[in-house]
Amino acid sequence: MDKIYEPALHFREVDYSVGDIHILKKITGSFPKGKITTLVGPSGAGKTTLLKLCNGLISPTSGDIFIHKKPIESFDPIELRRFVGIALQSAPMITGTVFQNLSLPLELRGEKLSEEDAIRFLEDVGLEDKFLHWKTDDLSGGQRQKVSIARTLINRSEILLLDEITSALDRTSLHEIEELITKINQKYGVTIIWITHNLDQALSIGDYTWVMMGGKVIETGESELLKSPKNELVRQFVQGDLS
Amino acid sequence: MTYVTLSITLIFVVIPLVLSRTLRLGLEKDTIIATIRSIIQLLAVGYVLKFVFDSENPLYIFLMVALMIVAATQNARTKGKAIKGITWKIAVTLIFVEVLTQSIMLGFNIIPATAQYIISTSGMVIGNSMVLSILFLNRFTAEVESHDDETELILSLGGTPKQAINRQLINAIKASMIPTIESQKTMGLVQLPGIMSGQIIAGADPVQAVQYQLLIIFLLLTTASVTSILLGFLSYPSLFNQRMQLLRK
Repeated sequence: MDKIYEPALHFREVDYSVGDIHILKKITGSFPKGKITTLVGPSGAGKTTLLKLCNGLISPTSGDIFIHKKPIESFDPIELRRFVGIALQSAPMITGTVFQNLSLPLELRGEKLSEEDAIRFLEDVGLEDKFLHWKTDDLSGGQRQKVSIARTLINRSEILLLDEITSALDRTSLHEIEELITKINQKYGVTIIWITHNLDQALSIGDYTWVMMGGKVIETGESELLKSPKNELVRQFVQGDLS
Repeated sequence: MTYVTLSITLIFVVIPLVLSRTLRLGLEKDTIIATIRSIIQLLAVGYVLKFVFDSENPLYIFLMVALMIVAATQNARTKGKAIKGITWKIAVTLIFVEVLTQSIMLGFNIIPATAQYIISTSGMVIGNSMVLSILFLNRFTAEVESHDDETELILSLGGTPKQAINRQLINAIKASMIPTIESQKTMGLVQLPGIMSGQIIAGADPVQAVQYQLLIIFLLLTTASVTSILLGFLSYPSLFNQRMQLLRK
């Protein structure tokens, strides 16, 4: 895929360890610019760790990461995190209302979010304006995820990292979020890297797929690869999940 | 008080020993050790203070204050082991609080520049600053651990380490200051403070004793706020690296 598309993100021999635990092992590969790449694999494969490396929340133990061909260390950490946004799986919220949470990205840079803009972002993720002044503690898991995505969108990142954001959503919300992600990708050309456990989703929404297991990338390619994997481990994983 | 009378006060040690034995609390050994240590330490300090007060040598005053700061730092640092460089951060905080409060008291002639006053007030300031440091570090490390997802969220959205840790920092500063403020609200109503009681027992004019107590109350308010805030602002950067990443234990 490197030959066809300009990489938004490129990993070269990236290792990540915590103490004696080797979480990522010699990761090499690219995420094409302007495309949706899904990351699939069993729990403990290192998918979330890989996303946190892209956003600069952690740094590789060894190896190099390039963003738009520039080494990740050359970015100021704050600029990097605005350029590469992340919606975390647990959808953490600051104590307060939905509006306070949506205002957070701009507040951190000394700017203010208008209520009108906040409502527009809520509508984008399929939430009504009545939720704006709700306390986040009163939201359901799915509603929290939607607020989390809306909050990440406010930074208008060029690369968007989504960590299993649809795992807590009902079927209707799931489709709304899938449509939203596709819209963001197509309308604004945002590069999206999306961890999902839903292989149907990876096939229907993703342009490309990375399959990870045990801290390694086992197979990469167009999402169609999930239909007929070359690697035996991937085949077993796909069959196990689809059955 | 004669030494015979002082010996009789050991009744107050026997009572908890008997209670501990009867109820099998297992505190007899600790109580005896604490009693022996306090007798030895206080008697030693008494003789040292007598020597320092009599000599009126500024070097001895400095050495006494330095010793207090070293002992207080050693005691408080165990609560902040997770914070890199905590020893010097506590030491800087204690030194700053001591210099600030003594400068004001001596600069405005609130207390005379004698060993008797400097060492007594320094003991109170440094002792309280040490307790405040322990309270702050306990709460701060607990806050950081229990809200690490919030810290990570703010960092991930492009916040600075200061912004990411602000809520935990403020909570810890406030929590460590509350005991000082609350105890001062009931001062004179629920408890007669130590310095005032001591002066009255020693035969001082109660009004003058109250005046000195007020000085100490105000002094400890400054000690509490400056200790918590300074130690907080010295400590939080150690939780992050140069790439503004939260360091985990």
